[in-house]
Amino acid sequence: MTAAVSIDRVSQRYGTATALESVSLEIAAGEFVVLLGPSGCGKTTLLNIIGGFAEPTEGRVLIGGRDMAGVAPKDRPTTTVFQDYALFPHMSLRENVAFGLRMRGVSRDARAGKADAMLALVGLEGRGDRRPHELSGGQRQRVALARALAVEPEVLLLDEPLGALDLKLRRQMQEELKAIQRRVGTTFVHVTHDQEEAMAIADRIVVMNAGRVEDLGPPRTVYLHPKTLFTAGFMGEVNRVPVMGGLAPFGAVDVPDGTLCIRPEAISAKGSLHIGLCKVTEAAFFGTHVRAHVTPLAAPDLALLVHLPQSAPVEVGAVLDLGAEAFVVLTE
Amino acid sequence: MMGRVLSWAYLAVAYTFVFLPVVVLVVFSFQDGRLPVPPFKGVTLDWYAKVLGNDDLMAALMNSLLVALVSSAVALILGFLAAHALARVRLPGSALLRGVLIAPMTVSYLIIALGLLTVFNQLGVRPSLWATGIGHVVINLPLCFAIAYAAMGDHQKAAERAARDLGAAEWQVLMLVSAPMLAAPLAAAFFLSVTFSWDEFIIAFLLTRFDVTLPVEIWSMLKSGLSPATNAVGSLVFLVSVTLVILLEIFVFRRAK
Repeated sequence: MTAAVSIDRVSQRYGTATALESVSLEIAAGEFVVLLGPSGCGKTTLLNIIGGFAEPTEGRVLIGGRDMAGVAPKDRPTTTVFQDYALFPHMSLRENVAFGLRMRGVSRDARAGKADAMLALVGLEGRGDRRPHELSGGQRQRVALARALAVEPEVLLLDEPLGALDLKLRRQMQEELKAIQRRVGTTFVHVTHDQEEAMAIADRIVVMNAGRVEDLGPPRTVYLHPKTLFTAGFMGEVNRVPVMGGLAPFGAVDVPDGTLCIRPEAISAKGSLHIGLCKVTEAAFFGTHVRAHVTPLAAPDLALLVHLPQSAPVEVGAVLDLGAEAFVVLTE
Repeated sequence: MMGRVLSWAYLAVAYTFVFLPVVVLVVFSFQDGRLPVPPFKGVTLDWYAKVLGNDDLMAALMNSLLVALVSSAVALILGFLAAHALARVRLPGSALLRGVLIAPMTVSYLIIALGLLTVFNQLGVRPSLWATGIGHVVINLPLCFAIAYAAMGDHQKAAERAARDLGAAEWQVLMLVSAPMLAAPLAAAFFLSVTFSWDEFIIAFLLTRFDVTLPVEIWSMLKSGLSPATNAVGSLVFLVSVTLVILLEIFVFRRAK
């Protein structure tokens, strides 16, 4: 089961503080959408409003075309995977996963069978009799996912579900999450502040800042063609070069006025936008690339961050002829 | 070295002070004679046989158990519900409500008993086991409330939220998630209430008439003078209390660890 989610000019205010300011968003059925932003940007508030844990001050939320105003969480076609897992410690894994089915009046045998199947889906086959405290953090997260999916929600909400896991496990869970979403076809709305996680799993990323949607689109678009300086900076490291009257600090450039944004890995010896000779002031080998700080000879006050191929023998003091392959110019 | 000896001596004195009366009570319940005072004349179980064969005493014992179990269950349910509500919902005057709920703890049982007696007289409620049970709910509710309230944490809150998200109605959240997660503290509150009610005298004395609880029955035995039989009853009461505490330790606190 899967359904589209339509968020129509939703605002949320707490007293004088504004958590969301007229947010509109269309999420297609079966889509994996990631709400991405720094803490306090309103992404969790928006998730809570979709899940029914908060009522918006203004605006409407429609799930599968149905207005959700005044509908309690238990009556919504949504379930949530919580950041702190929120498993029931006094129940076995099977009882945890079967809880939602029990609430829907499914018979004991049927729900045990479904729970075992869901545990198998998340890689915990045959562990239905264990208790949550016997599991590692990653396994608990899987149980929380199985529990939320067991009732076949139309929309699954995930509130920073991987935040408590270590980096390696997080990468692995991201891949599994994506694979599970493809298999079940449910609409996933996932909240995170980790842009790499967002790019790894999302069909579409919604970048949020200060209660508004800054940018949205597929990971590639949001990363390579950000619409705002905030998005450019939040999606990854970026060099910002001011351009005025066709003139950058290091010389003439054929771009409109504004802020020239260049990703570190887009700077190379053969880039089309010519930067000119640059002196390396710092360099470190990062395994996949060499990370270096360079200063154009023509603009001694400008420091650029560059990722060069791992084969490049870069030493401090070396002078390289560099250019940018991909860039955007933003005005704000 | 000296310090160790002193601390052990202090421990021995402290325990002697606490337990000597109980030990004396139990020892003289086996007295083979008419008075439970030294010298000890030998061991007999006659007094226990006499006590267990006494219908009034046994009826009082059953009354006590009934009052203790029912009043503790009621106090626990009311205390838990109040604690849950005050822990979850932010109300104006929450602190005041909490204070008012706990306040009866600071009032002496005698005052509570007199108050209840007056109110029951006004309402035309006759002294009975029911009236005593209500009195015991009054004294145990603050205890149950305080224990349950202290045990409620964010952990439960998150699990309750998840239960609601999965389709649980409010009574199902309470029955299937909140209460089982607090099983250990709730059991502790229940057993403590049972022991307090089991031992309680003043309220039971003032609020019963024909059917009485065990402490009241023992008191009327004492009026006719000292006898090893009273010691035997006292020992049985003590045994029940100790059993409750041991059960609490084994089934609640061990498992909670």
